Amino acid sequence: MSVTTLTMNGTLVSAAEGATLLAVAREHHIPIPTLCHFEGLSEVGACRLCLVEVEGSNRLQAACMTKAVEGMTVTTNSETLRSYRRQIVELLLAERNHVCAVCVANHTCELQNLAVSMGVHHVRYEPQAPQLSMDASHPRWILDHNRCVLCTRCVRVCDEIEGAHTWDLMGRGRHTLVISDLHEPWGQSESCTSCGKCVRVCPTGALFEKGTSATNKDPHFVTYLKMAREQKLWNR
Amino acid sequence: MIADDLAAVRERERTAISLSTARIAVCSAAGCISTGGAAVKDALGAAVIAHNLSGSVRVLGTGCLGLCHAGPLMRVTRGDAEPVLFTKTTPAFAERVIAGLPSGVLPLEQRCDLQQPFFTRQHRIVTSDAGIVDSERIEDYLAAGGYTALERTLAELHPEDVVREVSLSGLRGRGGAGYPTGLKWSTVAKAAGHGTFIVCNADEGDPGAFMDRSVLEGDPHRVLEGMAIAAYAVGAEQGYIYVRGEYPLAITRLKTAIRQAERMQLLGHRILDSQFNFRIDLRIGAGAFVCGEETALIASIEGKRGMPRPRPPFPAEAGLWGRPTLINNVETYANIAPIILHGGAHYATLGTERSKGTKVFALAGRIVNTGLVEVPMGMPLGEIIFDIGGGIPDERQFKAAQTGGPSGGCIPAAHLDLPVDYEALAGIGSIMGSGGLIVMDETSCMVDVARYFMEFCRDESCGKCVPCRAGTVQMHGLLTKMTHGTATDRDLALLEQLAELTTRTSLCGLGQTAANPVRSTLRHFHDEYLAHIHDHVCPAGVCAMNGEDPR
Ligand SMILES: Cc1cc2nc3c(=O)[nH]c(=O)nc-3n(C[C@H](O)[C@H](O)[C@H](O)COP(=O)(O)O)c2cc1C
Ligand code: SF4
Ligand code: FES
Repeated sequence: MSVTTLTMNGTLVSAAEGATLLAVAREHHIPIPTLCHFEGLSEVGACRLCLVEVEGSNRLQAACMTKAVEGMTVTTNSETLRSYRRQIVELLLAERNHVCAVCVANHTCELQNLAVSMGVHHVRYEPQAPQLSMDASHPRWILDHNRCVLCTRCVRVCDEIEGAHTWDLMGRGRHTLVISDLHEPWGQSESCTSCGKCVRVCPTGALFEKGTSATNKDPHFVTYLKMAREQKLWNR
Repeated sequence: MIADDLAAVRERERTAISLSTARIAVCSAAGCISTGGAAVKDALGAAVIAHNLSGSVRVLGTGCLGLCHAGPLMRVTRGDAEPVLFTKTTPAFAERVIAGLPSGVLPLEQRCDLQQPFFTRQHRIVTSDAGIVDSERIEDYLAAGGYTALERTLAELHPEDVVREVSLSGLRGRGGAGYPTGLKWSTVAKAAGHGTFIVCNADEGDPGAFMDRSVLEGDPHRVLEGMAIAAYAVGAEQGYIYVRGEYPLAITRLKTAIRQAERMQLLGHRILDSQFNFRIDLRIGAGAFVCGEETALIASIEGKRGMPRPRPPFPAEAGLWGRPTLINNVETYANIAPIILHGGAHYATLGTERSKGTKVFALAGRIVNTGLVEVPMGMPLGEIIFDIGGGIPDERQFKAAQTGGPSGGCIPAAHLDLPVDYEALAGIGSIMGSGGLIVMDETSCMVDVARYFMEFCRDESCGKCVPCRAGTVQMHGLLTKMTHGTATDRDLALLEQLAELTTRTSLCGLGQTAANPVRSTLRHFHDEYLAHIHDHVCPAGVCAMNGEDPR
């Protein structure tokens, strides 16, 4: 495997061939905030939190989807980028009902953590406060659209890891919703295997277990499953 | 069919045309059909039979004749005499025209002066067949020289020669961004391997735009021919036309045209008896503006939800099903046959240094001649609006011209001498766009206009990325506050900041350009924003300023 060298925030770093800028940054302990990215799932480049500056291009690039190229010069934390990231988090907080005090994911929520780490302590935008429904038809879990950030992790884990493709999106723009099957109640979904992977990858309190006060997050199971599959650990 | 057979069809058709004493073209594009054009055409047909003129009078339904506001339009050509154009025709009028033909007396009223600047100042390349070619007859298109360019391409040119000719022409993509077409073709041609696709983008989603629709409805074979030449140049055997479902007439005409071309071996296997195979299929869009964006369009053709993905990789390298894919706009393809026939260098004599050829514009809004026009690149905006467009009705004052739709900007009177050119328009904060040109007079409020376009982008955002999905909602809210008279300086600052955020961080062109109407009106009409915010006054008198929506 050939190795690439590039400059990140003024430091020379090495990268495996084909690695994304995000992977390189993580390897070298350079923090880049992410939300739609989830280790082990495909990338969609949707949240735009991981945008970085690449010298020679006037377009910002999503670190999760941009491959490291020999000789690249990348900046991950300029004041401009930090300001854009704070605004994106603020936009998310204003978009639906993210009231931490009454949320099951309080203290385990990735959106909350992002806001805290970026110093977003108040939201300047008009709260949209949409009155969205909840789907409690599944025996074990609940989907609360009011807390969904549309990262599509649940859609991808269900399709790519579980192979069920129960979840997908409907509607567009601010009316986009995650739906099960063809917009049937989750509890009546014929494709859902009740594996619970979607609940475990959800970054907020949008998918949670009935009767719990804190979501049980295990971010490593997806990478483990993927690795096991690639190395054929279960093949006899 | 081989070249000789094709020549025979052309000859037969031309003889028939020369033997006819009159050719009567009724505009059969959507504009004139909506004002009753189909009934006029039917009445002409019935009258021809009633007056026993079937052998000598030909009635045809053609592409858009331009003056859409005065439809249904009828163009009568008799022998070598100057054609006569009638406006606002009716079935009864059609009967009178036919009744007068034997004695050579045509009605004097409802005539339109063909020497007025609206007609004389235009330069028709893409729309040259309007009034001459029946949209549903391939024989008409052949008689007018159609498919000669494809014939010559297959017989005389290597694929590289075609690409070189297109590069030489300086043609740039007419879908909005103006990417050099020759360069795109050579990139796709060089992308290795089998299974290259070509796509014609006929999604035309800009509000008020109907250039592509007119070309598809009026002259579908011109687009098919352009696509076939492109396919030969880049080595593709399969093409798709992605046409929006709201264009049922265009879909019907395309289906007819494809069937006719296949029957004559101008599409399909071994085209004109050469080694070249090329098939075209239609894919119908379901009315999402974002599906005009090329990566979303690809997802949609693949049967997935029409959402964009980050580029690179560009479709030229990895498009449909991961294969190299050439995507061009309808009008781009419609320029190809003339470029091959007359040479790229000849095409490049028209236009400005970096914008060559002509551009079709849909004139709309507060302008006398609403309709479709084709002008050489480089023509000053003011000439299009005042000479060709006839100026502003009701003795009102010109205020702004909006180009580029929801991705474009508003151009104030101070820039009326600006030439129509990709760089010049971008230089003052607008874009060429796909050809929508909306004229506004002093009764339009620029803040309200910005709000209208923001509402469009908010509703058409696909919802994938946060800055566009949520940013357009907030910007629309701030603009609404301004039109309600309840905004403050802080709101203006927030708006400016959000405009920068969505432009710089959105995933696709929709979000990246959604703030353009805001930014351009902030640039050229800043005082109007301040009047709304500081004085709680709408200078145009549009906004209610009492917490309610305008109008
Ligand atoms: C939101 C959005 C909508 C678009 N809509 C259209 C469209 O309706 N028709 C079109 O030809 N191009 C449209 N485009 C541009 C296409 O992505 C693409 O650039 C174009 O089809 C390329 O063809 P051209 O090079 O011939 O212009 C759109 C782009 C964006 C970002
Ligand atoms: S910019 Fe808008 S339309 Fe484009 S991907 Fe993002 S949300 Fe979708
Ligand atoms: S993590 Fe890269 S765009 Fe969301």
